[in-house]
Amino acid sequence: MRCLIDKRLLLHIMAENQNKLLEEVTGSEYKYGFFSDIETETIPKGLSEEVVRIISAKKNEPEWMLDFRLKAYNHWLTMKKPEWAHLNIPEIDFQEIIFYAAPKSKPQLDSLDDVDPELRATFEKLGIPLDEQKILSGVAVDAVIDSVSVKTTYKETLAEKGIIFCSISEAVAEYPDLIKKYLGSVVPHGDNYFAALNAAVFSDGSFVYIPKGVRCPMELSTYFRINAMNTGQFERTLIIADDDSYVSYLEGCTAPMRDENQLHAAIVEIITMERAEVKYSTVQNWYPGNKEGKGGIYNFVTKRAICKGDYSKVSWTQVETGSAVTWKYPSCILQGDHSVGEFYSVAVTNNYQQADTGTKMIHLGKNTRSLIVSKGVSAGRSQNSYRGLVKVAKKAENARNFSQCDSLLLGDQCGAHTFPYIEVINNTAKIEHEATTSKIGEDQIFYCNQRGLSTEDAVALIVNGYVKEVINQLPMEFAVEAQKLLQISLEGSVG
Amino acid sequence: MNITCRVVNLQEEYTALFDEHLSTLQAGAPDKMNALRLEAMESFKKLGIPSNKVEDYKYSNLQPFFKGDFNLALSNDAAQAGVTATFNCEVPALNTYNIFMVNGWYSHQNDISLLPKGVIVGSLLEKAKENPALFEKYYGTRTPIGSDGLAAMNTAFAQDGAFVYIPKGVVVDKPIQIVNIMTGDSDRLVFQRNLIIADENSQLKVMLCEHTLSTQKYVINTVTELFANEHSILDMYNIQNQHNFTTQVAGYYASQKKHTVLQTNHLTLHAGFARNNIKIKMDDEFCESHMNGLYLLDKNQHVDNFTFVDHAYPNCVSHELFKGVMDDSSVGCFTGKVLVRKDAQKTNAYQSNNNLILCESAKMNTKPQLEIYADDVKCSHGATIGQLDDDAMFYLRARGINPSEARILLMYAFAYEVLEKIKVEALKEQIKGLTERRFRGDFDKCDSCVACGADGQMSCG
Repeated sequence: MRCLIDKRLLLHIMAENQNKLLEEVTGSEYKYGFFSDIETETIPKGLSEEVVRIISAKKNEPEWMLDFRLKAYNHWLTMKKPEWAHLNIPEIDFQEIIFYAAPKSKPQLDSLDDVDPELRATFEKLGIPLDEQKILSGVAVDAVIDSVSVKTTYKETLAEKGIIFCSISEAVAEYPDLIKKYLGSVVPHGDNYFAALNAAVFSDGSFVYIPKGVRCPMELSTYFRINAMNTGQFERTLIIADDDSYVSYLEGCTAPMRDENQLHAAIVEIITMERAEVKYSTVQNWYPGNKEGKGGIYNFVTKRAICKGDYSKVSWTQVETGSAVTWKYPSCILQGDHSVGEFYSVAVTNNYQQADTGTKMIHLGKNTRSLIVSKGVSAGRSQNSYRGLVKVAKKAENARNFSQCDSLLLGDQCGAHTFPYIEVINNTAKIEHEATTSKIGEDQIFYCNQRGLSTEDAVALIVNGYVKEVINQLPMEFAVEAQKLLQISLEGSVG
Repeated sequence: MNITCRVVNLQEEYTALFDEHLSTLQAGAPDKMNALRLEAMESFKKLGIPSNKVEDYKYSNLQPFFKGDFNLALSNDAAQAGVTATFNCEVPALNTYNIFMVNGWYSHQNDISLLPKGVIVGSLLEKAKENPALFEKYYGTRTPIGSDGLAAMNTAFAQDGAFVYIPKGVVVDKPIQIVNIMTGDSDRLVFQRNLIIADENSQLKVMLCEHTLSTQKYVINTVTELFANEHSILDMYNIQNQHNFTTQVAGYYASQKKHTVLQTNHLTLHAGFARNNIKIKMDDEFCESHMNGLYLLDKNQHVDNFTFVDHAYPNCVSHELFKGVMDDSSVGCFTGKVLVRKDAQKTNAYQSNNNLILCESAKMNTKPQLEIYADDVKCSHGATIGQLDDDAMFYLRARGINPSEARILLMYAFAYEVLEKIKVEALKEQIKGLTERRFRGDFDKCDSCVACGADGQMSCG
């Protein structure tokens, strides 16, 4: 219903001020493509053991953390870039990348007034509510710019409930026990090429700990932005939800428009204990490159959650509209009995974008359930793949999975692919998978045209309806944002 | 000539074996076969026998099966040596033209003289020599020797097999049955190569029946190339009924021309380790293809059906239906790949894979895939893995049907969806009967199909 109202509103505005809208539409290619002139501290280009040591030293890390990094680095040297994805990725020269860039360090920030005004302006432009006074939505934000967490809001309010929400470097210093126990426990450094790289050079990220029985009163959010040139961003998120706790976590990302490709390799680890629930939402809007496919972010992300305790639940929701290349498989290991994993995804690709994304649901515990809803939209000359695994182990009795992956094709130059893997070693499992690929019917467009909607609006309307099942899973503010993003991403893909 | 080989290191030894016997392999074979032989061997040296590290063979590691001591017949005499049993594989009421192949080599045929004029049926080796133009036009043109190690291996080693050619405008009244029999008193490695061509406006139903007559271990690598020329209708039925020590890798490579209808049916009633590569390419517009499969597994059987439909031209339709029942510690695998190439608009492709797992230790892996580069298409796939419906069981129990009977009824109903697609009425009845017997456990628990016949006589009825 919401998108219908939006549409009506849009039509109304259209009639009133068509020119203004036109301007807005043509200018709305990638509105986060600005660059902020913030003094940045970087280290020399390239990757070596020395660089890993420098990063560790810069962050004043203890010895065990350096060991963790070096181990990962040495393992990474032995690994090869994965080639199995349905992606065409040019060779990445790791010696041309700056592995650490940070806004010039400042003394501890006590209030918002201490934040660099340019930085504040940046976040205002992005619409990120750093200023606690003005917040109505009640979202606690951890803002990460070029690898380093610059500001975490609402810390005190959260602390009252015993919730820890801080940057991962802070957590290394203050909660070493938790970090030692859980960092790398879900995604070990040997997991894959990009996970090893991240473990070696990660610069910052967010750490969340929700104590027993606490329901986090507000949405927690991290905002990632790559700003400096030639840098890679490697952040790491660790969320631990103790027994009976609940948290909803949001993640957003943007980057300036540049001609070169930039690398982003992140890791997210989630651990849920008994009856805990974590909801993780992402709106990924990295710079996708221009119309000719020049520039854009290479997005290689390893996200994995483990439902350790019985009756725990993890829900991933992602809206992927940006990045030149997306390689991302948020997964759930359903270890606890009766645990639940969910994955809702919308992946939109336009122009020369490539996305290979999906999920893994590993059923280990009894009576575990998982749900996969993946909606792909490809336009232009883009390639969009769903790749997923549903695995039911021998002891996972009564496992239940339902997967649905639909692809929508807008244009005859693009591709939509589905690669599901289903492996079952248990005779009590019930697994269903279905996938469809089609384009928007001419009759549907005709119906809309007849009612006065232009073809472009009709497509937007139909696409919005198509992805609604996923968008509905997002928190309200994000849902509105995501809908707008979809429209922008598909701009110019019709006709 | 019969040779005995011992293989431990796969590629090296198979290469050495090839080099050693190249002259025997080449002797009397058509030029094209020999030319491809060398090319395929080069490719085999690179690809080798696939392990599960090769993505397309992810669920079936074939390497261990190709190791061991084998007998390999390099001539027809050697293949037939010591084979005295008579074969009676005719399905009652199923009136077919039969060709018998023993250990991969042509043996004899029945009623072939009654076939319509111009139809060529017989040994590949002989018929290729008699019809060189025909052979050269088709042989090896569909087999992916550059990308599949097993297809390359077959092309390198294969000498004989069945040859079927239906000329323009001929409708063959009865199905042609190719009976492949494995027999003898030693473990065997068998290469067989079939070439089936339906020329313009022709109609053909061909059955490929796989049997083992003795309990020896057989490793069989067969390749069947199928060509459906303009306006032809070609139906292929593959009925696999082999004992549990058999390893069969079979490649079915088909090419369809304009306005053709192709139907392939793979009915695996009994097999040890079976891998079917079914690859169909639509070489022109307005093709229709149906791929059906049924696999009923128990004990430690392993059946892997790998299908690939290549929609290279617009306006084609493909339907795929594979169903399986896994019992004991059997493993079922299915891969269904649908490729819709750029500009292959107005393609409709449907695929469905349903599986029943009956036992704790049974496994099922399924991998339905869609790869689509055209926008005006309707493609879908569905895969399910589950058990018999409790409600349906209750319904039957409530009507006084005992649990085992209810189970059989439901399983039979599950399999029926595939069985009803069989277009040869008598064969349908026969397979229906076999399926029911199979579910009742009448012959599934025996290790060898030999047990159903008596005194070396075999009957599948």
